Amino acid sequence: MAKGVWIVAEQRDGALRKVSFELASTARKLADQLGEEVGAVLCGSGIEALAAALGKYGVDKVFVADSPALEPYTTDAHATAVAKVVKENDPSILLVGASAQGKDLSAALVGKLATGMATDCTDVKIADGKLLAIRPMYAGKCFGEVVVTGTPQMASLRPNVFTIVENAKAAAIVKFDAGLGEPKTKVLEVQKEAAGKIDVAEANVIVSGGRGVKGPEGFGILEELAAVLGAAVGASRAAVDAGWRAQIDQVGQTGKVVSPNLYIACGISGAIQHLAGMSSSKYIVAVNKDAEAPIFARADYGVVDDLFKVVPAFTGEVKKLLA
Amino acid sequence: MNIVACVKQVPDTEAQIKVKADGSGIEEGGIKWVMNPYDEYGVEEALRLKEKFGGEVTVVCVGPARTMETIRTALAMGADKGIQIDDPALYNADAYATATALAAAVKSAPYDIIFCGQRAIDDDSGQVGSILAELLGIPGVTFATKLEIDGQKVKAVRPIEGAQLVIETSLPCVITATKGLNEPRYASLPGIMKAKKKPVDMKTAAALGVAAESKSKVAKFTPPPARPPGKIICADDTPEGKAAELAKLLREEAKVI
Ligand SMILES: Cc1cc2nc3c(=O)[nH]c(=O)nc-3n(C[C@H](O)[C@H](O)[C@H](O)COP(=O)(O)OP(=O)(O)OC[C@H]3O[C@@H](n4cnc5c(N)ncnc54)[C@H](O)[C@@H]3O)c2cc1C
Repeated sequence: MAKGVWIVAEQRDGALRKVSFELASTARKLADQLGEEVGAVLCGSGIEALAAALGKYGVDKVFVADSPALEPYTTDAHATAVAKVVKENDPSILLVGASAQGKDLSAALVGKLATGMATDCTDVKIADGKLLAIRPMYAGKCFGEVVVTGTPQMASLRPNVFTIVENAKAAAIVKFDAGLGEPKTKVLEVQKEAAGKIDVAEANVIVSGGRGVKGPEGFGILEELAAVLGAAVGASRAAVDAGWRAQIDQVGQTGKVVSPNLYIACGISGAIQHLAGMSSSKYIVAVNKDAEAPIFARADYGVVDDLFKVVPAFTGEVKKLLA
Repeated sequence: MNIVACVKQVPDTEAQIKVKADGSGIEEGGIKWVMNPYDEYGVEEALRLKEKFGGEVTVVCVGPARTMETIRTALAMGADKGIQIDDPALYNADAYATATALAAAVKSAPYDIIFCGQRAIDDDSGQVGSILAELLGIPGVTFATKLEIDGQKVKAVRPIEGAQLVIETSLPCVITATKGLNEPRYASLPGIMKAKKKPVDMKTAAALGVAAESKSKVAKFTPPPARPPGKIICADDTPEGKAAELAKLLREEAKVI
């Protein structure tokens, strides 16, 4: 019988991504309820030293495939490696991060393992000895409680939602051979964003602007606030389609789904498609001069005023607080 | 070039979604159905490849009778023929069962490239394209924002956190489309007229020889958790006063700065 709660640890450029610790902490919780072990799969090149760090968050065993063919990430090589070690060890649950890489990898694994998966979950628990995964559907307009009848029961977890808990375990290392054939895909180039730029999908704080920002120059005051807060700058589709901001910064149904601790929406009306991308943020602030704007129905704190006056004043106040 | 575009019919993004009283699904009455926006990018890219290299675009759709309208939309945009897989056994199918049916339909004719949307905006699962690639044993590139084809070589750009990857693979392959790939065209009036005469093949799961066996299911649908009402900051009614009050609340009450 399938046994064990496993995660796929995500690393990039030789460092574990934060979502890996969220996965490990969550897997530990589920495994304790089931009385089972936590396993982690870690793939890459020259990454064995990272394995120990997973123990800190409750991983009992780390299955490591270390090969130059696993760096940089390709769907093909990583899905082959993970599927192989999963088939050999038969865990009952497999958790993956719903990051850009994790979404790609997990969906390919569903195909390779012929199982089912609950995507982008915001909660997972054990009910009757089985995984019960809670996830937003229809852009968050309703939620689904998903059970997986295939093995392993797979779920991808929305980054930044699950709490990281320390729980030191030995993290025994088990090396395995990835069993790779001829690669079907390769990465020709990694075009990195400007150094220091924080991706909205990974930011703890996002300052986002919409049509109310009035033009690319208007984003200057949002950039200043973001710099003080260590935040990323996001945008509504209206701002992206107007050419004021890059597509990668768009938040919403046809952009990125984000869940920062703090989302500050400036000059954004709060269309349903925008809310779809940010309503799982922990705190939402709206600055809009129209008191009737739908964004206020979702905001924890609302400021009804001109953003060109409020934002610079707020930046000044935050500077004072952080000084 | 034999090009396939998979399309799904979904509620319009503005649609109100109401959960049935028994939590078994959503109320479908009153919903306006449209082509999944991400699939529109796939159909558009398929048409552009046909315009460049010649060939044929086949649209494939899994769903009930109403999905014929979405197939006709794709045909009106310029696709050549359709396959509708309508089988009650697949109405609540998960990604795996859906991809199994699509794979069987796609395999019935030669194919060079297959487009899917990166996810459908109803179940938001984002799995079908990748599973399809695995079932067909061909490479897949997800979230493509740029695509170039040169002979058998495929070059695609795919954004990840903080970077863009330039990925190379070869035909045949599956590409999942996302915003940025292109600007989908609208169907023209002559296009709509012509679409009525284009052939659409009807299939069932049994005719395709697939089991339609889901590997996951939504046991219960629930409305989203209620959010407590927020505070509108008044302070002394000057922008400066409000800004100061906001900073204080975020620091002391929410503890997020
Ligand atoms: C299929 C589909 C997918 C979509 N996907 C997305 C998506 O992913 N993301 C997304 O954001 N949208 C998306 N949209 C678009 C969405 O419907 C809205 O059109 C868009 O979000 C509006 O952007 P906005 O709020 O910036 O602009 P508007 O709705 O025009 O709002 C601008 C706001 O700024 C306020 N304002 C103006 N001046 C000031 C000022 N000086 N100070 C303070 N406030 C001011 C106004 O009161 C107004 O509320 C999608 C639409 C469709 C149909």
